[in-house]
Amino acid sequence: MDESAIPARPRAFRFDGISVDPKVVRRFISPLAILLLWQLGSMYHVIPATKLAAPTTILATFWSLSASGELPRDLSVSLGRVLVGLLAGVCAGAVLALVAGLSRTGDDSVDPVMQGLRTLPYLGMSPLLILWFGIGEFPKLALVAFASAFPVYLTLLGGIRAVDPKLIEAAQAFGLDRWETIRAVILPGALAPALVGLRYALGAAWLSLVVGEQINADRGIGYLIMDARDFLRTDVIVVGLLVYALLGLATDAIVRLVERRALEWRPSILREAR
Amino acid sequence: MAPFDFTGGPVNGSPNGCPVRVRDLELSFGDSPLLRRLDLDIAAGEFVALLGRSGSGKTTLLRVLAGLERRGSGTVEVPAASAVVFQEARLLPWKRVWENVALGLRDGARERAHAALGEVELLHRAGAWPLTLSGGEAQRAGLARALVREPRLLLLDEPFASIDALTRLKMHELVLALWESHRPSVLLVTHDVDEALGLADRAVVIDGGRIAAEIPIDAPRPRDPSSPSYVLRRRELLAQLGVLVPNHADSPSTFARSAA
Repeated sequence: MDESAIPARPRAFRFDGISVDPKVVRRFISPLAILLLWQLGSMYHVIPATKLAAPTTILATFWSLSASGELPRDLSVSLGRVLVGLLAGVCAGAVLALVAGLSRTGDDSVDPVMQGLRTLPYLGMSPLLILWFGIGEFPKLALVAFASAFPVYLTLLGGIRAVDPKLIEAAQAFGLDRWETIRAVILPGALAPALVGLRYALGAAWLSLVVGEQINADRGIGYLIMDARDFLRTDVIVVGLLVYALLGLATDAIVRLVERRALEWRPSILREAR
Repeated sequence: MAPFDFTGGPVNGSPNGCPVRVRDLELSFGDSPLLRRLDLDIAAGEFVALLGRSGSGKTTLLRVLAGLERRGSGTVEVPAASAVVFQEARLLPWKRVWENVALGLRDGARERAHAALGEVELLHRAGAWPLTLSGGEAQRAGLARALVREPRLLLLDEPFASIDALTRLKMHELVLALWESHRPSVLLVTHDVDEALGLADRAVVIDGGRIAAEIPIDAPRPRDPSSPSYVLRRRELLAQLGVLVPNHADSPSTFARSAA
């Protein structure tokens, strides 16, 4: 091909025959520069280790915490709390949305309460939860459950209300009773927004776990962070924060995987698959 | 207003032998009447086209016969086995085509759905998602979903309105073929005069919620749109619908003629 015919396009970077889009490379430059400045600042004591540890120290700490079994133990505790709290919250949110979405009486009785509770800053409820449930496992789970119930409630209810009434009418014309209509038309129709709600719920669950685990915990990533604070171990604190971030990303990816499977019929997904 | 007497209808037809019998049907929405003292009979195996302007009540009447409209008063008798094909196919996008056809069937659903899809020549798309179907394919799936119920009354609510002209002609042939092999009574709601004249045994014009005219069409099918009797009936029907056609536009080859 005559290369002079396409003058403006820069050539791709090549490493051992693998070509990398220059656009992608450009996007890595600024984060890497910041990381480098951070590292240099730490090495020349511009950034004191008691304020923020060096990237290399953080990496080493991550490694030693993993090897000692400390990190895996706290990680499994945190993951367990999120899963239990999320399960409870999602179930509660889904059941309440079904009650409100499928009957007028349910709507009139459930929705005002939920809309009212939704406006409460749930993270600020931890003192109240401690007074109610003490400082054990339960207030942490309750906070996670409370936080994750609302996104699911709101999106599932919105989805149920947005189902095309013409499809419901068609189902009735073909002899489906109320329960069959709910199962074949209303729930599948509301699934897409409900899954978006589940992703919001995951975000809220992790966020409230960060807060919840700082209430007198003796295990979990939050405990790891609080404990490190007492010893000015900024490297451990950053490792804890990074683990929270990675867990958030990983759980979100799982839901998106479920989404792709469950919403196979949607035009956007069909187009990608083609 | 008291709910009308809606019965599944006797299996062997009402006293006059008609599977569909409507008497004194009245229905209003608020203060505006939609149907007024309406009578209609459809004989077994008869193909009736129901024409009318927008707001004439034609779709309301179909909805009453489909059991989707339960307000109003009067007597309505329809066969228990009746099925609707809607204007938009109204397929559930999250169920595969054959599952849509099988919707609500109890036993042998898969086999029956596939057989019906074969009849509408859509077997190759049985496993497809509805949103990947073309307009014509979606309507054929809708037709299969109605046929699979072996209806004694087939209600067609402008099923070809949103399909391109060539596909519509093929759909007309398909509907005629299916009607001839299964012989249900058919009520086709349409605003297309040529569709009515090409397909039906009788054209019924509804206006202001009552039957304004009934025109029997006894010509053998397939019908020649250039035959004098066709042209005459066409002019008569259009006049009933409030369209006055000058003489020279009577020929179906002019643009005034719709695609069918």
